[in-house]
Amino acid sequence: MIKRSKFISGKKREKLFSDFCIMPGFAGVLAFYFIPFCIVIYYSLVNNPVMHEFVGLDNFRALLKNNAFLTAAKNTAVFSATAVPLSLILSLGLAVMLEKSIPGKSLFRTFFLSPLMVPTASVVLVWQVLFHNHGTINQIIELLGGQPVDWLKSAHGQIVIVCMFLWKNLGYNMILFISALCAIPGDILEVAELEGAGAFYKFFHIKLRYLSPTLLFVMILSLINSFKIFREVYLLTGDYPYDRLYMLQHFMNNTFNSLDYQKLSSAAVVFAAVMIVIIAVLMLIENKYGKDVEC
Amino acid sequence: MKKSELKKKRVFTVMITAFACIAAVLFLMPTVLTVANSFMTSSEISANYGAMYGNMTSDTKTYISEDVNLKFIPDKVSAGQYESVLFKNPEYLFKFWNSVILTVPITLFQVIVALLASYGFARYEGKVKSIIFFSYIILMIMPYQVTLVPNFLVADKFNLLDTRWAVILPGIFSPFSVFLLTKVMKRIPLSYIEAAKLDGANEIQILAGICVPLCKGPIVSVIMLVFIDCWNMVEQPLVLLGDVDMHPLSVFLSQINTGDIGLAFAVGVVYMVPTVLMFLYGEEYLAEGITCSGGIKG
Repeated sequence: MIKRSKFISGKKREKLFSDFCIMPGFAGVLAFYFIPFCIVIYYSLVNNPVMHEFVGLDNFRALLKNNAFLTAAKNTAVFSATAVPLSLILSLGLAVMLEKSIPGKSLFRTFFLSPLMVPTASVVLVWQVLFHNHGTINQIIELLGGQPVDWLKSAHGQIVIVCMFLWKNLGYNMILFISALCAIPGDILEVAELEGAGAFYKFFHIKLRYLSPTLLFVMILSLINSFKIFREVYLLTGDYPYDRLYMLQHFMNNTFNSLDYQKLSSAAVVFAAVMIVIIAVLMLIENKYGKDVEC
Repeated sequence: MKKSELKKKRVFTVMITAFACIAAVLFLMPTVLTVANSFMTSSEISANYGAMYGNMTSDTKTYISEDVNLKFIPDKVSAGQYESVLFKNPEYLFKFWNSVILTVPITLFQVIVALLASYGFARYEGKVKSIIFFSYIILMIMPYQVTLVPNFLVADKFNLLDTRWAVILPGIFSPFSVFLLTKVMKRIPLSYIEAAKLDGANEIQILAGICVPLCKGPIVSVIMLVFIDCWNMVEQPLVLLGDVDMHPLSVFLSQINTGDIGLAFAVGVVYMVPTVLMFLYGEEYLAEGITCSGGIKG
């Protein structure tokens, strides 16, 4: 145990200790993330790491003309823009469903959450079997008289990875929604019911507003997770997937391999800026929408 | 009137339950299929799934179906796949071990660092500290595509590239667990801490004797979440570990899927054992911890 110092007062000592507590973590974050990120910003503004000649926004201009980057950014954006809203709606649906009194509720919760614990690599083979050109899904489609599609090697690849994303992430989001639904004050809903509000009104005008902080959080979380879809894509299709499955991480990997610091750092800076803008906009919207309910 | 309403309600419940059952089947299916298929013999696997890989025809004796036949129940239950994974092909166990020595240190130290930091953030608030905390949140929303670049620069600078430290060290300081644990620590009633202080506890005793035991559930859940995420890592080893021998099983499995398909299911099952055990042990905690993480502002 620390020997009590008689020179500093109790309050001050507590404050010092709490400062001391965050030091190791913050030092690590500075060393591995923030300081090198400043260097990344610097690299994005100079011509190469040896000459250090300031070139303004040239690197960014080159990046925005780079076809590989544009494809990757577009694919990633399309994927996130479909997967995130879908996961919000579906997981909220699951949460509302489990809110109703049905038998075996906690068992269902476990089932829905279970994909979280399964490493992507473990089940990737099953996904391949399902979505292969001669795979199960196509067999079912043929059975029903439809036209089979080569899922992984066509524009439909996005559908496959959206399914995989939803499978993995819905459970986590659902838990967040369940707890938020439980936290909505019951008396407000009762009053609404007395005034003759229907189920739809209650859901859209009361519950959703109370859920808005959770909606924001789940949205941000899903957005972050949507960038991890690279794992699934990589395990399914390797380094060079079909064009429509070429994600930003593929682009980064290839750029890492060629050690093009300018491309790497300008891509990272652009991506970071885009993320900050998106999150700021989401927060502003939430602030407006959920203003008059306090949680 | 009343009776019909009751009936309507019952029909509604049945419908919802049926729907939940369908959803549950969908959610469980990939996992169950992997486990079921892992008990097939290698020849059964290649007969059913060989069509996925055209180059598997070298062994002309085995019958390979033209279509990929998804099968739930093995013709003959066999532990053959496990036998070859565990005893005949040591490389899978090596990769498994690679996963362990990346994941365990990251999880352990990340939680220790985060416990200290979250205590610091929760106990005393100040202007500087709230700025630091905000910077953690910003960092938390950054995807790997952004953070790997600074990680790579540091690793390159200190000659850590292609060593495990390149993955472990940044992993330890990943901000997610700090964020979650701070929210949990802030909920501890101040009166508990005051009472402990009156009894003469010092800061370390308060942290170790009061805060940590009170946060046991969330701590277990953070350990699980961090472990599961690291166990699943793909991006970091690909960029930071050039040496394929150091790659964890999560990356290596993508290569075996195209080759040794006869074992792939068993490897997959072996790989999910640690996370499944954790899940079965701590599912309650996990749900609780996820619940605590809700809301970015609160």
